[in-house]
Amino acid sequence: MNKLTLEVTETQQLSPLVKRFRFEHPDGSALPLFSGGAHITVEMPEGELIRRNSYSLVSDPYDGSGYEIAVRREDTGRGGSRYMHEKVSEGDLITVSAPKNLFQLDLRAKKHILIAGGIGITPFLSQLRQLDLAQAPFELHYAARSRKEAAGLAMLPEAAHIHIHISEEGKRMDLGEILDGQPLGTHVYTCGPDGLIKAVADQAARLNWPTSSVHSEAFTAPPPGEPFEVTIASTGQKVRVKADQSLLEALEAAGIEIDYSCRGGACGRCETSVTSCEGRILHHDHWLSDDERAEQTKIMPCMSRFKGTRLELDL
Amino acid sequence: MSMTEFSPSIESRPTYAPLTSHGAAPAIMVADAAGAAALADLAASDSSVMDKAHVVLVAPTAEGPSQIQSLRPLAVHVTPDLDAAGPMLKQLLGTARMGTQLFLAGSEGLMGHMSALATAEGLPLDAIQMEHRGTIARRMQCVHCKGITDNVTTDPFTCSHCGLTLFVRDHFSRRLGAFQGVCVDAETPGVVPDSVEIRP
Repeated sequence: MNKLTLEVTETQQLSPLVKRFRFEHPDGSALPLFSGGAHITVEMPEGELIRRNSYSLVSDPYDGSGYEIAVRREDTGRGGSRYMHEKVSEGDLITVSAPKNLFQLDLRAKKHILIAGGIGITPFLSQLRQLDLAQAPFELHYAARSRKEAAGLAMLPEAAHIHIHISEEGKRMDLGEILDGQPLGTHVYTCGPDGLIKAVADQAARLNWPTSSVHSEAFTAPPPGEPFEVTIASTGQKVRVKADQSLLEALEAAGIEIDYSCRGGACGRCETSVTSCEGRILHHDHWLSDDERAEQTKIMPCMSRFKGTRLELDL
Repeated sequence: MSMTEFSPSIESRPTYAPLTSHGAAPAIMVADAAGAAALADLAASDSSVMDKAHVVLVAPTAEGPSQIQSLRPLAVHVTPDLDAAGPMLKQLLGTARMGTQLFLAGSEGLMGHMSALATAEGLPLDAIQMEHRGTIARRMQCVHCKGITDNVTTDPFTCSHCGLTLFVRDHFSRRLGAFQGVCVDAETPGVVPDSVEIRP
């Protein structure tokens, strides 16, 4: 995997829970450009543990002078975002992956509608710069509970086609009004809580939108949970997964390399076959189908956990 | 005449399914003389599909327009050929709203040409319903000079633009809406296989 060691050159508290970080090459050289909606995976070493979380890039895709991310602090998470907030400061060196994109714009669209809920605003910050440069018609809808929590406000330009919906101020987002009557060839993109993604998909279906015009990104950091143990089928080795560790991270710590990309249950790269399962797989990914989940013969180690007596992986 | 069954081929080769109704949703339909029969079958399965339908007929038979009128669509637009149908379709797409259904019926040339126009306007390919009727003639792009030769029925054929002898491939460009024709005697100039009728 293509990695970059970068220097933290700026940090900024955008809201009580969200902090922005800027990374630049230590010798000032230009970084690879990316496309709107791309993310990087950030390594967070803590003791023996290396956590890796993926964050959307919020900076200009055509500006190679640095990468910027905005991290929401999840105090009930397994510690990745807390590490970013508490341990990372200006001048530190940090290892990140090269940008990858699982949420790119369909540039054939006649119009783009971007719908963000809360911290889901992040991938759209780079996309709207790309759309501006392409002079492509778009509208962005950003929903947040309160103005204080809406970290995206500081990073969004003021424009007629950028709409802010603050529910505390009684301006709830009306998806029917947003989607109804859009020109043929419009594509909609949603990033935010699962409920919002589902609500947009449902509304689009009611209006007879083709499903392939409806895009979403839901990947989040892996959830913590109860510790569990897995068995490696080829060697019989047992690997213990701590409460604040993902299965993928535990396997990596045990020297078992698995191909990965998003580390958020969206891309499908780390899909692993299960050869024996006595218990229940707690699927947290957005990759496997409902049938595949029910069969319990596949697991996405980046997100999913296990509760039971024995889980054997085909590794 | 019913729907054509094409022999299995590479993934690239488009396949077509019978048109199915989504009810009285706004619709744009494009058909040639043979494809008009597919629209009639569609309307027979659910007459409400015509309630909000604009039908573009390309080079229809003399009685074609009145046959389609009898299905009671919202409007019928008659065009002499595909070149004239293109701007008409673009105009209809340009004023249509999301939820509008697109139906194409007739030759592969018509469906390829019109679906390429529609995808360039942002409509996903899998949202376009297509049913093949009539001629199996193909719309071919010469991969060398990029010229399009319509109504190709033999393999190999002569590029109408640069004159090369081209092999009819099943490799299809969705962006261009055309099959790809490749020089058949590039390695052995002048050694050209006998020309045969293309098969479904």
